[in-house]
Amino acid sequence: MTSSSSYDVLVIGAGLAGMRAALAAHEQGASVAILTKVHPVRSHSNAAQGGINAAMTDRGDQWEDHAFETVKGSDYLGDQDAIEVLAQEAGEDIIALEHMGVIFNRNEEGRLGTRRFGGQKRARTFFVSDFTGQAILHVLYEQIMQAQIPVYEEWFVTSLVKDDHGRCAGLVAFEIRTGDFAFFCAKAVIMASGGLGRVYEPSTNALICTGDGMAVAYRAGAPLMDMEMVQYHPTTLKGKGLLITEAARGEGGYLLNSKGERFMEQYAPNMLELASRDVVSRAEHIEINEGRGIKGCVLLDCRHLGRHFIQDRLGQIHAEAKTFANVDLAEEPLPIRPGMHYQMGGIKTDIDGRCWDPQGHWKGVPGLFAAGETACVSLHGGNRLGANSLLETVVFGRRAGRCAANYAKTLPTPHMSHTTIEPDRQLVNTILARPGQGERPAALRLEMGTTMNRHVSVFREQEGMETAYQRIQDLKARWPGITIQDKGHIFNTGLVAALELGFMLDCAEAIIVGALTRKESRGAHFRTDYLDRDDEQWLKHILLYHTPDGPPHVDYLPVRITQWQPQSRVY
Amino acid sequence: MHTTLRIRRFNPEHDQPSSYYQEYALEIDPSDSVLDGLIKIRETVDDSLTLRCSCRGAICGSCGMRINGHAALACKTKMASMASEGETIQVEPMNNMPVIKDLVTDMAPFWSKIRQVHPWLQPEGPPPTTEYTASSEAMSHLNGVMACIMCGVCVSDCTVLEVDHRFVGPAALAKAYRFVADPRDTSSKIRLDTLNQPGGMWDCTRCMECIQVCPKSVAPMDRIMSLRAKGLAAKVSSTCGSRHAEVFTDIIKHKGILDEPMLAVRTFGLKNVGRLMGMLPLVWQSVVKGKVPLSGPLHRPIPGIQQIQRLYKRVRSKQ
Repeated sequence: MTSSSSYDVLVIGAGLAGMRAALAAHEQGASVAILTKVHPVRSHSNAAQGGINAAMTDRGDQWEDHAFETVKGSDYLGDQDAIEVLAQEAGEDIIALEHMGVIFNRNEEGRLGTRRFGGQKRARTFFVSDFTGQAILHVLYEQIMQAQIPVYEEWFVTSLVKDDHGRCAGLVAFEIRTGDFAFFCAKAVIMASGGLGRVYEPSTNALICTGDGMAVAYRAGAPLMDMEMVQYHPTTLKGKGLLITEAARGEGGYLLNSKGERFMEQYAPNMLELASRDVVSRAEHIEINEGRGIKGCVLLDCRHLGRHFIQDRLGQIHAEAKTFANVDLAEEPLPIRPGMHYQMGGIKTDIDGRCWDPQGHWKGVPGLFAAGETACVSLHGGNRLGANSLLETVVFGRRAGRCAANYAKTLPTPHMSHTTIEPDRQLVNTILARPGQGERPAALRLEMGTTMNRHVSVFREQEGMETAYQRIQDLKARWPGITIQDKGHIFNTGLVAALELGFMLDCAEAIIVGALTRKESRGAHFRTDYLDRDDEQWLKHILLYHTPDGPPHVDYLPVRITQWQPQSRVY
Repeated sequence: MHTTLRIRRFNPEHDQPSSYYQEYALEIDPSDSVLDGLIKIRETVDDSLTLRCSCRGAICGSCGMRINGHAALACKTKMASMASEGETIQVEPMNNMPVIKDLVTDMAPFWSKIRQVHPWLQPEGPPPTTEYTASSEAMSHLNGVMACIMCGVCVSDCTVLEVDHRFVGPAALAKAYRFVADPRDTSSKIRLDTLNQPGGMWDCTRCMECIQVCPKSVAPMDRIMSLRAKGLAAKVSSTCGSRHAEVFTDIIKHKGILDEPMLAVRTFGLKNVGRLMGMLPLVWQSVVKGKVPLSGPLHRPIPGIQQIQRLYKRVRSKQ
């Protein structure tokens, strides 16, 4: 089988994790390329507003405090060895970003300044106004341009390819602009394709966040872990669900109910609005459900911060609230509500991004790596702290890139005797050739999204989730009948949407199976039929393996605990 | 409310591809953006309608297009602000770049211009062990230009690029400014020397269009003007662009009003016969239209020129 291109390391996705991984692999001397379905600076890392955490010892902070708060935030489901790595290496990576050119906000001494974020007692969030993700994303792309790392822009990956030994040996993708399929050969593939927010409707996530990478890896044999852990962000706009940064509360904004009360006093007397996101989102839901909301929302009040401060430190959301909700944050409170935001789970990896276990405790795909939201290391366990996601992308993107490059050095160019691009090309041709007016992908996606948002959200219970499971099975059965009107090959976004929907249905199923399996309440997974955390039974990860025709095969892994035994979680 | 989207379509796979307009009547909510309208069409009427879009919140820069004749982000443009009840909104692909299909343009030329300005930080020597120390003031003013999302809207509506594809363009120049003004970057002089060449910072005609259309308030033209000021301060070599600015200021200082023939002669230099000859058709047209400005000694300073000169002094003392 011939390939159009061959690299040591291929990175799928060009957000922060993907570009950081590519740069790290490049620094190790590997030949690297990136494939991405959108131009790098269109990636969803852009949307991270508030900042990036690091406990810097030279400013009197301790990495252990950051690590402990992350462990506590995860409701003790995060793997502590991984969290220790995250907290210990954070400072170095932030300084590296600064050296690359990121213009972080500074303090009076001309050094990097910090702000407070949720679930943490100390201000350790470094930031660029309220567009931190965008600022870092553009700088990493500058570095990619300088390093002249090839980027295959607007290429859509349809599957991973394995060699005769079962190792990941490349991928099949098509160029959106031409519709041409190609096989890319690689000794190592790094999946850094982001989250799956569009499985839900509404979601804070961009329209491109369709879980492609998770589904592609899952279908290739890599397990998905802790998929039931879906974060609802406490402050999103009604309607389309756009994100309002946690920095609004970190900088001093209040949450008020319809009576004007700071209701978080009832739920988290110490941390108030800055309790963990799962805690705040549940509190808001209770307020709204018990009739103390306003048209399905509670209020975010920033008026006391003053116009100048808001424009300086929260300028983007000031503009966003004006444009999308017609509210001037300096003059009036903003109606907000919890909205689907982040997938804590993902492709199971070790602390170097490997999606397989050299020791063999769990099965995976040798040669496949993952980093960022698409991966589950696991750092966030049951609930991610704000500003830990950007940190994860740079620390674990770098580690995955380095490890993948070193891994690739040990291998010859992969050899395959049989695999071809034909199955994927045929699937696409079948979709294009399907005549008549069948169901539209968008209709199925909406049905999936509203189902998930109704039954697998902040509060969950068996019956609702079983309903959702049946609905997803039904949608999976209808997917092969969908039709698209555009029959062309050039820039066929209808085709892309159809394929994305197929990936999202796999992700939705995994989320529900994980959620039905975990019979306790932990972090973002709150079950009204199992109200308590049950460490005896459920202090463990849930692994899901894809099976060709039935539900996923369920397996478990113990949580790795180093120094923090589970305690009750009070904010 | 009701509105109609009149969309310019182009499908390269048609037998004889040519662009045409197609109209879609929509029932919309006053809060709906143009992007909402386009997505509604794509998802419920015609999935062959092709556009790029992703974040819906004006941060990813995917959905740049021309709406009622001016480039904008579709996600940030409310339909109700573009049309009253029953009116039509015209949607077209961005200008100054090739169209691939419908509203999707080829951004490759855009990015090649961005790469031309070597858009990465170039500090001197090994980095410090911790962060670079720099005052908050020296850095925070760069947030405005860092807010650029590379959507291409300014490039679409740049009136210079419309006639001269060699111009590096407002987005690339704003990006260049971001490095020239960064205290950590030590390549400012080289950058400015490069931008001093034809196609660089002097080719902007200050039409303000990029400032008008930029969805992120980056004000590219203001950055271009700052680059010019920095270039002159750094004593970039004398080129038509820099001389034009210097001679312009000098003439105003002495006469209070522009002496246009003198501006041309002094900018190009008397020895540059070719360029001066090239001006002849313009001169001839001016003569025909009766618009021959006085020049040289015949061109008297305006009354109150002392006031202008005092202004010059005050401005210089502030610098």
